[in-house]
Amino acid sequence: MAESLLTIENLTKRFGALVATDGVSLAIEPGEVHAMIGPNGAGKTTLVRQISGELRPNGGRIFFEGREITPLPTHRRTHLGLVRSFQITSIFPDLSALDNVALAVQVHQGHSFHFWRDAREERCLRAPARAMLEQVGLIARAAVTAADMSHGEHRQLEIAMALASEPKMLLLDEPMAGMGPDESQRMVELLRGLKGKVTILLVEHDMDAVFVLADRITVLVYGRAIATGRPEEIRANKEVRRAYLGDGGGG
Amino acid sequence: MAPLDLLKTREGLVRTVFMAALALVPLVAYAASELFYVEFATRIMIFAIAAVGLNFILGFGGMVSFGHAAFIGLGAYVVGLAIYYGVYDGFVHLALVVVICGLAAFLIGAVCLRTSGLYFIMITLAFAQLLFFVGVGLRQYGGDDGFTFRGHSTFATWLDLRNSITFFYVVWGVLAATLFFAYRFVRSRFGMALSGIRSNEHRMRAIGLPTYRYKLVAFAISGVICGVAGALLANLTQFVSPEYMHWTRSGELLVMVIMGGISSVFGPVLGATLYLVLEELLSSATEHWQFLFGPILILVVLFAKKGLMSALKIAGLSIGGRAGHG
Repeated sequence: MAESLLTIENLTKRFGALVATDGVSLAIEPGEVHAMIGPNGAGKTTLVRQISGELRPNGGRIFFEGREITPLPTHRRTHLGLVRSFQITSIFPDLSALDNVALAVQVHQGHSFHFWRDAREERCLRAPARAMLEQVGLIARAAVTAADMSHGEHRQLEIAMALASEPKMLLLDEPMAGMGPDESQRMVELLRGLKGKVTILLVEHDMDAVFVLADRITVLVYGRAIATGRPEEIRANKEVRRAYLGDGGGG
Repeated sequence: MAPLDLLKTREGLVRTVFMAALALVPLVAYAASELFYVEFATRIMIFAIAAVGLNFILGFGGMVSFGHAAFIGLGAYVVGLAIYYGVYDGFVHLALVVVICGLAAFLIGAVCLRTSGLYFIMITLAFAQLLFFVGVGLRQYGGDDGFTFRGHSTFATWLDLRNSITFFYVVWGVLAATLFFAYRFVRSRFGMALSGIRSNEHRMRAIGLPTYRYKLVAFAISGVICGVAGALLANLTQFVSPEYMHWTRSGELLVMVIMGGISSVFGPVLGATLYLVLEELLSSATEHWQFLFGPILILVVLFAKKGLMSALKIAGLSIGGRAGHG
């Protein structure tokens, strides 16, 4: 276990009588794309929110690079390299695409108590930000106000912002949600390009994308991890088929 | 874009013309033998300084404070009391105002910024009312009547604020400096972080910024600027009273900022000017001036949704180049 990037031990989260995360244990290896699937209400987002630090678990522990991070707030985890991208698009709508990413670069570079120099003229902010936009294929849209961009572009921007903080691990919560087939395809290509460069925990409904991208898959049902394995193992797993893939959800 | 693009952008043009016109007021007033206008323009500039200070957190940080008159009042009391006790040194006044208003804004902000939205509005209002009633309770300083004093902040033998023309240009200079600093601030990393917080605070935390301390520093800066405006106001009126801190004063300040336009640094200056000019004109026409002022406000909000600054843009006053800031 020592070499795992992220280790979750017996994580539990209750909302009143509802057990949203029920003793989940999981180990994510450096460099892998680990997908998490499960029917609606299986507690995928709840789990991601605990990993990112937005929700406190009721029990269990989370380790990142061997260090316990269970009590750390979100921004501390971000600085360690554990970075989340959002299910509901969460950008800075009234700033340009480039400003959005430059802001993420700026925060990553340290504190922002600089009152004098024009941040829009700092090369050390603008150049990396441009590089990120290039990487996600948005460079042509750099000057566009984020609010005026399409949903698919928002998701790309979202990834660029997450990359700006040079993450060791990305938590991607449904990056393809609400996308048309073309946009989804572009996102799959984008993520495939990141494969190997950054470890990814991917929560996704789009099974085609999951089976194309994932090195390993964990299946979550009613807050419990019922199976973890390589895509072909998951496809063959009887329990998984019964709980999830079997009833018409395979495509 | 350089921060002092005096004529290149629409906002730069408006600002330059407006500040130049203001600087000519004393000459015109002398020529017309209407010295009242010097005092009136000084008053406008003082509230413009406060409005720019409030907009620093309102427009750029998204924090709607309904209690900023408290800092104006506090600054005024500091200078009033200092002079009352025979301290005339302007540098001492300035240092006291910066420290006391900064500290007060820091403490009040530390509590208020635990909340957001409507709760933030209400709790800033509550703190302002608290200070208002402290002022009312100061019986030895006139209680709710306040007190008058004789004397001005004196910075040097050749620079005291007794002479109304000197005072006018000092206030003009303070306004210009406040604007200059505000322009630098909103374009700096700090300003960018602040706009990120306004735009999406949740996301700002997610990319790793502890937002609370940034909002708090912005709040304190804004409080100090309003405190300086208050110190100047005390010099102008030779009078301080709790009325300076009344919640309706905080409301007026908000109206000035919103009327002028919260998305530009200079907008609030226009807002303060329009507010005080309208007040002057209407109140000399009728005792019930607010009866007319209300509808005018509604018209401004309806037809210049983002304030006067954006209305000027729509009117086509642009001479090439877009707004400096979104």
